[in-house]
Amino acid sequence: MKYIFDLHKTMLENNLILVYEGEFTQEITKSVLAMAERNMDSSGEESAVKRKVFNVMVECLQNIVKHADAVANDHSAVFMIGKQDNEYIIISGNPIMNENIDGLKAKIDQINELDKDGLKELYKSIIKNTEISDKGGAGLGFVDMARKSGNKLGYDFPTLDDKSSFFCLKASVARL
Amino acid sequence: MDILNLEGTEDTPKIMLDKGNGIFEISGRSLPEDSAEFYQPVLDWIEEYSQDANPSTEFMFKLEYFNTASSKLILDVLSALEDIDGMSIMWYFHEDDEDMEEAGEEFSELVEIPFEFKTY
Repeated sequence: MKYIFDLHKTMLENNLILVYEGEFTQEITKSVLAMAERNMDSSGEESAVKRKVFNVMVECLQNIVKHADAVANDHSAVFMIGKQDNEYIIISGNPIMNENIDGLKAKIDQINELDKDGLKELYKSIIKNTEISDKGGAGLGFVDMARKSGNKLGYDFPTLDDKSSFFCLKASVARL
Repeated sequence: MDILNLEGTEDTPKIMLDKGNGIFEISGRSLPEDSAEFYQPVLDWIEEYSQDANPSTEFMFKLEYFNTASSKLILDVLSALEDIDGMSIMWYFHEDDEDMEEAGEEFSELVEIPFEFKTY
């Protein structure tokens, strides 16, 4: 049963206030949001910070619900929130087919190169021209996460097997 | 014309569209699982309203939060309102919510409708 203590220690060491691993649905999204909101409320977080964290969480969670690739019968993904003295960290990880990695990297790299005004212009040009996809997305999630976060998005793609990888995404929101 | 009245939930906004009483309001949180499906009745209602609109219409948005998929549909709603004579938008935002204020400004730059900004 050592893993229980190890997991507890890992969470404390990384200041993780919430970790969810498993299936992602709209109902789960609402529950995770409600827990994170309660946590921020009870610690008396500034409302401007709460709103930005909530915003980034929604896009992150709905990204997984809509886009996580079904890889080898394993649909599970992970979502966590860390709370440091100076910022909140919103992290997600989900399986992705290897052929989708390059497109995703290019999209996030493009966003990370833009400043505040560049992101605003990109947002406006996408929203004017986009149609809602079959999956229900507007193609605006990462841009919005970058705007609300005010920081660059971090990513990594550790390999699962020869067909798939694990897409890790990290966004941070500064505390005032 | 029928009233469209939807109670708000934790992930869908309250909708009140009432031609007779001159109430046109979308308020609360908008992060539905399927934003296109959620907003379709609103777009249908506006389409019918546009056939015989009141001389002037003040359409109120008082949103606490909306996700990106909803933002696309809100733009679709605004685009549908754009063709109606006498249309104006009341965009409410919480007084310390700069992001919601900026979101309203961006929408106002994307459609040709007068916007009035108000805090609550």
